Amino acid sequence: MLVNETFAAYSNIFVYGSMAAYTVAMFAFAISLASTRGRDLVPAAPAVAEAATGGVALATRVVTTLGGPDDGARPPGRRAGNIGMSVTWLATILLGIALALRGLSVGRVPWGNMYEFSLTSAFAISLAFVVLSLKRDLRWLGIFVVIPVLLTLGLAVTVLYTEAAQLVPALKSYWLVIHVSAAVVCGGAFCVGAAVTCLFLVADAGERRAVAGKPYFLDGLARRLPASNALDAMAYRIHAFMFPLWTFAIVAGAIWAENAWGRYWGWDPKETWAFITWVAYAAYLHARATAGWKGRKASVIALIAFGCFVFNYFGVNMLITGLHSYSGV
Amino acid sequence: MGKRFWGFAMSGIDAGNGADLAAEEPTTDASTDASTDASTEASAEPSTPALSTQPVQTDPVGLGLLGWLRWVWRTLTSMRTALVLLFLLALASIPGSIFPQRGSAPVKVTQYITDKPVLGRFMDKIGMFDVFASPWFAAIYILLFVSLAGCVLPRTMQHWRILRSRPPVAPRNLSRLDEYRVLNVDANSQAVLDDAAGILRRQRWRVDTSQFDGATGWVAAEKGYARETGNLVFHLALLGLLTAVGLGALLGFRGTVIVREGSSFADTRAQFDSFAPGRWFNDSSLPPFAFTLTDFVADYQRGGQQNGAAREFSAKVKLTSEPGSAPEARTIEVNDPLVVDGVKTFLVGHGYAPTITVRDTKGQVIFRDSVVFLPQDGNYTSTGVAKVPDTVPQLGLQGFFLPTAAVDAVLGPHSTFPAPDDPAVFISAWVGDLGLDSGRAQSVYKLDTSAMQRLGIEALRPGESWTLPGGHGTVTLDGYVEWASFTVARDPGKGFALASAIAAIAGLALSLLVRRRRVWVRVSLAGNGDTVVEVAGMTRSEHATVSDDVEELTTALVASARISSSTPAGA
Ligand code: HEM
Repeated sequence: MLVNETFAAYSNIFVYGSMAAYTVAMFAFAISLASTRGRDLVPAAPAVAEAATGGVALATRVVTTLGGPDDGARPPGRRAGNIGMSVTWLATILLGIALALRGLSVGRVPWGNMYEFSLTSAFAISLAFVVLSLKRDLRWLGIFVVIPVLLTLGLAVTVLYTEAAQLVPALKSYWLVIHVSAAVVCGGAFCVGAAVTCLFLVADAGERRAVAGKPYFLDGLARRLPASNALDAMAYRIHAFMFPLWTFAIVAGAIWAENAWGRYWGWDPKETWAFITWVAYAAYLHARATAGWKGRKASVIALIAFGCFVFNYFGVNMLITGLHSYSGV
Repeated sequence: MGKRFWGFAMSGIDAGNGADLAAEEPTTDASTDASTDASTEASAEPSTPALSTQPVQTDPVGLGLLGWLRWVWRTLTSMRTALVLLFLLALASIPGSIFPQRGSAPVKVTQYITDKPVLGRFMDKIGMFDVFASPWFAAIYILLFVSLAGCVLPRTMQHWRILRSRPPVAPRNLSRLDEYRVLNVDANSQAVLDDAAGILRRQRWRVDTSQFDGATGWVAAEKGYARETGNLVFHLALLGLLTAVGLGALLGFRGTVIVREGSSFADTRAQFDSFAPGRWFNDSSLPPFAFTLTDFVADYQRGGQQNGAAREFSAKVKLTSEPGSAPEARTIEVNDPLVVDGVKTFLVGHGYAPTITVRDTKGQVIFRDSVVFLPQDGNYTSTGVAKVPDTVPQLGLQGFFLPTAAVDAVLGPHSTFPAPDDPAVFISAWVGDLGLDSGRAQSVYKLDTSAMQRLGIEALRPGESWTLPGGHGTVTLDGYVEWASFTVARDPGKGFALASAIAAIAGLALSLLVRRRRVWVRVSLAGNGDTVVEVAGMTRSEHATVSDDVEELTTALVASARISSSTPAGA
């Protein structure tokens, strides 16, 4: 099967188009965040609210609320945030088209080398974000997602760019499709999870200092974020949802390896780092159930785990040679 | 604390110490619930009964050997230890990805030790080149799995009991739970209880209920047991996975063999170039198949950034699956192994074998073979050796095979493309003693030239001959064939490993996605003869809520006909 050069060229144009859109979204989100009215970091006492349900007034004790900043007043950053969201949708679609064209040009799934893998990951991060945003207000998160997407794309088009080409035989397997697509989706969601985790750490530190009456250099940011417990819950949900999928991605990889090399696990550097990442995320989930390890400590573990994921993705391909480093970087 | 229902007794030592009576009062003893961070939550909220069977860490109790042993066991099986061991496991794996490993790159290990003898030998001693088989790595995962077993087996027993017991009785003070609603209704108290039980049963809660005794009555319900079941299945599946890996390593085997076009391979130990059986492996479990490599096909990218990258490999073979059976044509490709009786044959590599003929001065053929040359780079610049012992003095040939030949000052003779577009060999000839009689094992890919003299070097294309100087005969390059290398392997543990992995994923999904929660309804008589209905719920699943359940139940109760004429509490 030949490579369709026209499709490949159009794919590149769409990649640049989406990068332009992401840049616009980044500025919009930045303006949105900057002009959001901050909240008070010292928590109010739990409220006892009166609510009406089905004609019967019920005394309800509200213990926690989840989700974005829920002060009913509309913060001034709303308009810019909406623009940011719309442009992010547009950018995601453009990137999706770029990927589809790339795939069509070579007649296979578009993740046969690091360039394509990066595009797909950026798409996955972006998609995870816009999908999550359907259910809740995530404008505060926008900039922290768009920046890693732009960085990934930037790295892809500069350092990692590879011409459209067919696959080496070892990569021709439908287990590759399953394994890599699961890994890419996990990567995207883990990236969003890591962003939320970082923001949790900021909000948490802000709240602690506010209670203690101490100054905090990220105070401005902390005020504009949702409450730390809501961020913590969101980060946990993302990780908890993705961990089984990550486990599945590793198992699918093992099945592929068994089919290609005759052993399902061989401690190849890529496999080793997938394992390390898995163990690190398992440690995070454990930490959350261990007294004295919740909150900050567990969050740090989640960030270390994400670091392992990123290292497996860039570091192992570029720094360490193994069976996996054959796909033209 | 109602240990019978929700408390946790790690090793069963203090299980069921008459604790049942306390079931009505939520305890403030935070240590019974490891998922509650005692320091932050106990003061603000009542500590509520645990919804998981997660173990608890305690300090050493009592003195003496028994107390101490008990403490060691509890510490080993605690969550904190599991966490530390998980960390150590991740850390310990890192050197295995950085340093060359014996299992996958033995040559690089030797090279490393030669380059840095002192450091290299030290690292070898502490297992840095064999991390995943080293005692310290084993120590970590064995401890982890002992901890896992010690943790999960008692939890499984306990969960089994919980699965067959009734939901716990309501705490006395429902208003202190996570979710709480109260309403006054003008309805028969027993009817409200029946309604609540009916609604919950229909929603597939496990329900326990009391009769209205004239003053009070209750319904207790619980849902989401699959969370704990999933968690236990996951952890047990990890034990299964470890067992499967171990069994596979003990019972399986792995061998590699190089087969030239036109040659055959029979599945017996002697025919392998290398063979690694498991400790319990028995030769009789090698199925007696054989195949001939009839043709090897390779295709490469031409032009572009990835010029020369492989695009297709396939080995055409004639398979005889049992002695005496008719040969059948098969194709072995990368990602598409040949399977015979559970033994898989994988195509893992290929290369060239130039066919070389050596004649003596009288024109008599003294050597003719297609000699396997090993590729040295991506363009298949290959090196190899031919030894001609049956002549005096003995003759040795050493050379390069270049599928697409080029020579330049820097690289010397090298190949510029992996396909045989313009094949040539560069051969140097040596005479003297090959050293074959010294008794030392010799590699077929190396020439020991310590007792030999070099005659010269010559480039040959297929069909060309070189008359060796000094009357040592002629060397002819007749052509070349391709060879393919195969890994033949059997891992009897892999089916079990796959099953364990699937169970682990399913268990994980249940454990992380199902919410475990409890709701209670209590009715009592108000001063004015109305019925006071309290609805409350709790959950301990991470960041889950029961508010929707409590809300739904309350709404359903309000909607049910018999209490539609209700008045709000306190009105
Ligand atoms: C091979 C090592 C282990 C791995 C990979 C592992 C992994 C996990 C994962 C991914 C979870 C998250 C599921 C959830 O939150 O429900 C979990 C939960 C849990 N693990 Fe492990 N685990 C291991 C060993 C252990 C050991 C040794 C113990 C006992 C001390 C243990 C006790 C628990 C408990 C009690 C939970 C449930 C936490 C909760 O209630 O939320 N695990 N484990």
